[in-house]
Amino acid sequence: MHASPHPEAAAGSSDAIAEHAERLWQAVLAGDEHRAVDSVLGALTEGVPAEAILLDVVAATQRRVGLEWSLNRISVAQEHAATAINERVIVHLSARLPRPEITRAHVTVACVDGEWHALPARLLAEVLILRGFRIDYLGAQVPTPHLITHLHRTSPDVVALSGSLPTRLPVAHATITACQSAGTPVIVGGAAFGSRGQWAERLGAQAWAPTARAAADRLAEPLPRPAAHQPLDDLPHLMDQEYTMVTRGAAGLVRAVMTGLEDRIPAMRSYTDLQRQHTAEDVAHTVDFLSAALYVDDPALFLDFLTWTAQILEARSVPARSLVPALELLAGELRDFPRALGMLGRATELFVGSQR
Amino acid sequence: MKTQPAPLAAAPAMLGEGWEGAPGAALAIAADGSIIGLNQAARSVLPAAEPGDQLSASAPDWLSAADRAVRSGEIVPETAGAVGAQSFRAHPVVTADRSVMWWLEETTGLHASQEALRRERESTSFLHAASDALLSSLNASRTMEVAAELAAGRLADAAWVIAPVARGVHQAVLCLRGERPRTLSLRIRAEDIPGLAEALQGFPPVPSRWIDPIGLEPWIIPEGFGEAGPMVVTSLPGHGVPAGALVLLRHADRAEFSDEEEAVARLFASRVGAALSAAHLFEQQSAITDVLTSQLLPPALRRARGIDFAGVYRPAQETARLGGDFYDVHETEDGGTLVLLGDVCGQGLEAAVLTGKIRNTMQALLPLAGDHGRVLGLLNAALIGSGETRFASLVLASALREDDGVRLRLTRAGHLPPLVVRTDGRVEEVYGRGPVVGVLEAPEFETLEVRLEPGETCLLYTDGIIEARGGPMGGELFGEERLHRLLSECGGLPAEAVVERVVMVATQWLEASEHDDMAVLAITAPRVRS
Repeated sequence: MHASPHPEAAAGSSDAIAEHAERLWQAVLAGDEHRAVDSVLGALTEGVPAEAILLDVVAATQRRVGLEWSLNRISVAQEHAATAINERVIVHLSARLPRPEITRAHVTVACVDGEWHALPARLLAEVLILRGFRIDYLGAQVPTPHLITHLHRTSPDVVALSGSLPTRLPVAHATITACQSAGTPVIVGGAAFGSRGQWAERLGAQAWAPTARAAADRLAEPLPRPAAHQPLDDLPHLMDQEYTMVTRGAAGLVRAVMTGLEDRIPAMRSYTDLQRQHTAEDVAHTVDFLSAALYVDDPALFLDFLTWTAQILEARSVPARSLVPALELLAGELRDFPRALGMLGRATELFVGSQR
Repeated sequence: MKTQPAPLAAAPAMLGEGWEGAPGAALAIAADGSIIGLNQAARSVLPAAEPGDQLSASAPDWLSAADRAVRSGEIVPETAGAVGAQSFRAHPVVTADRSVMWWLEETTGLHASQEALRRERESTSFLHAASDALLSSLNASRTMEVAAELAAGRLADAAWVIAPVARGVHQAVLCLRGERPRTLSLRIRAEDIPGLAEALQGFPPVPSRWIDPIGLEPWIIPEGFGEAGPMVVTSLPGHGVPAGALVLLRHADRAEFSDEEEAVARLFASRVGAALSAAHLFEQQSAITDVLTSQLLPPALRRARGIDFAGVYRPAQETARLGGDFYDVHETEDGGTLVLLGDVCGQGLEAAVLTGKIRNTMQALLPLAGDHGRVLGLLNAALIGSGETRFASLVLASALREDDGVRLRLTRAGHLPPLVVRTDGRVEEVYGRGPVVGVLEAPEFETLEVRLEPGETCLLYTDGIIEARGGPMGGELFGEERLHRLLSECGGLPAEAVVERVVMVATQWLEASEHDDMAVLAITAPRVRS
């Protein structure tokens, strides 16, 4: 029996990994790309398994970036710089990783149309390559028609779609059904589809995975062949047109709410243009999430967003209750829309109740 | 027998003849089960039956059993069964003394029709499902796999879909029933299989052809298939050019292909042929488009000559991938680079073709890159001289590493001025004088110099960014002021992050999906190692 542990085992231990994650975080926080790349390549040299570096060091750092921003401990600019550094780190890391023989399925990895957070998809692609899958990485900014042309040209076994924002669910639905019409099954992942993947099923995806590891495990088995279907087949409630009316009239809703807010909140009348724009953007954001909730017919989508927004506000010393006037004004504008009204009512209760 | 009503009382002879010559077979059975009489039709159905015999001696079991049941008092409305190749419905008429008259109604024709209808419906539904499955892919290999799998599931025990020869080889897909299709490249001579060469030629049109399994080339019988029985080869008709051939194999113990099955196979083959032709056309068009598009797309940018570059291009017509905006980065003789970014008036493919011409011209003028004014003057002359009626606006940037930073020479030709983003977030416009190219006879251009310290960026962009219309309240242009404000948050960011941020915010600003071409290019002085 050896007295000292095998060096690779020590390198891959959760303590070692946590140390590397901390080192990367410090470099990223300082905006020091060179130090970030060095620390990750150093981990690779020390024998930390590649998959662990991708998912437990780089991905962990990215999650931390998001968390720190939500807690108002880093600025938006820092968050963008950090994300850019993480992306550069992956590029450098990927150049050094082994490219094993292809023994598994052919997967096209892409972000949902309109999605800008390509990092999760990139991490998935790298993990799958390490596990012997044949990967076409399309990344973000892939309009759906291009994705479909690509599917016809290359005929992969599966499409893996990544989405981070639930507001992209309607577009994701169109992308999913288009891939399926081209005969390709779809696996989805990312926060857009719900913490339990509850909206993935509703949109007719063949599979959902909460993490890159889970996706890689699931893809080891073939996905079932898709049956052709139309979006209305999956979501019959769309026939009531509430979603369509709210999205078409979104700009008008925002204008009406802004006017109403200025009536109710005198301080707003002396806002600068920038402040007005930010407020309008927040209201527009709220309308987007309400639309997405109407699309999948799940009030929880809207309520989760508002709960999260309240946390962001509290971290910036803005009381959560400040959301209520906008919600009430929206309810006034949407009084003819029963589902929307129901969701707005429950949302208002959430904050009025919490004031006690 | 009951008393007949008076007018009929004199017609027992007619009734007797009626009974004898009735179109339906009729048997009169006594209470003890013996045959009292049977008419002509009944005699031809049951030739062995004689009056006086027990019915059970010559009738099929289903009829005898029903007869016993009726005579023992059970209510039997009707029964049915076969006699030889014919099928009948039998209706009993019971009399008070427990004798029974059986009327047999032939249903062979009806059954046959019902069966034929059922098979027809099945075939139609198969062909519909097949069409759906075949049309879902515009990929020829995939379509061949789907076709082979469908055929093996429904028409045969194994199926080959064989493509015409290409580069000495036939692509083929083989599928055994219940298994997944396999793709193979066959080095064979089509003439070795009777009917295959003709089917692959497609002209003159040939009907499907039986193949005698004896003496057949061994490759066509899949391993483990066992003895091959009936085999058929059919052409897959395409648009003037055959798309391939379909070969169906059945096990030796299976029945031969009936006329109906052959008809379904032909209909199926014509759908496969249509789908394969569409897929081939699509592939050809895509390949051509790819070659042309790759020539006209702006290049992927990275670090060159110690300077970081990044660019994003979003054409207005996204499906075409091309538009009137362009950019390029070239290495120049002085050890630096020449960057150009510009905008041809118009959108779409025609505008893209002109951007190609401009880029080619600029590449030829690289040796003169030290004098931007001269380069632009020559480009201007080339455009006017070629009779080109469109004009273009552009920016030239010569970038050269100078110690830690980058020295830039910037010249503007009627385009939006480049913006310099300092690490502290200050945004400066570099506004030199200069008209668009392609219009004036002797334009003059002003070149300005700027230095970037490490982490600082010079941004070139087209008006699609600032003219993006939308915003949370709708109807507002994104505008230069908003762009400046956005860039002030990007101090010190790497080049890719800056361009992504700009295009992301501008596209999120859009209220409709329509927009002008957008192009953004960042020239960034790399940060130093700490």
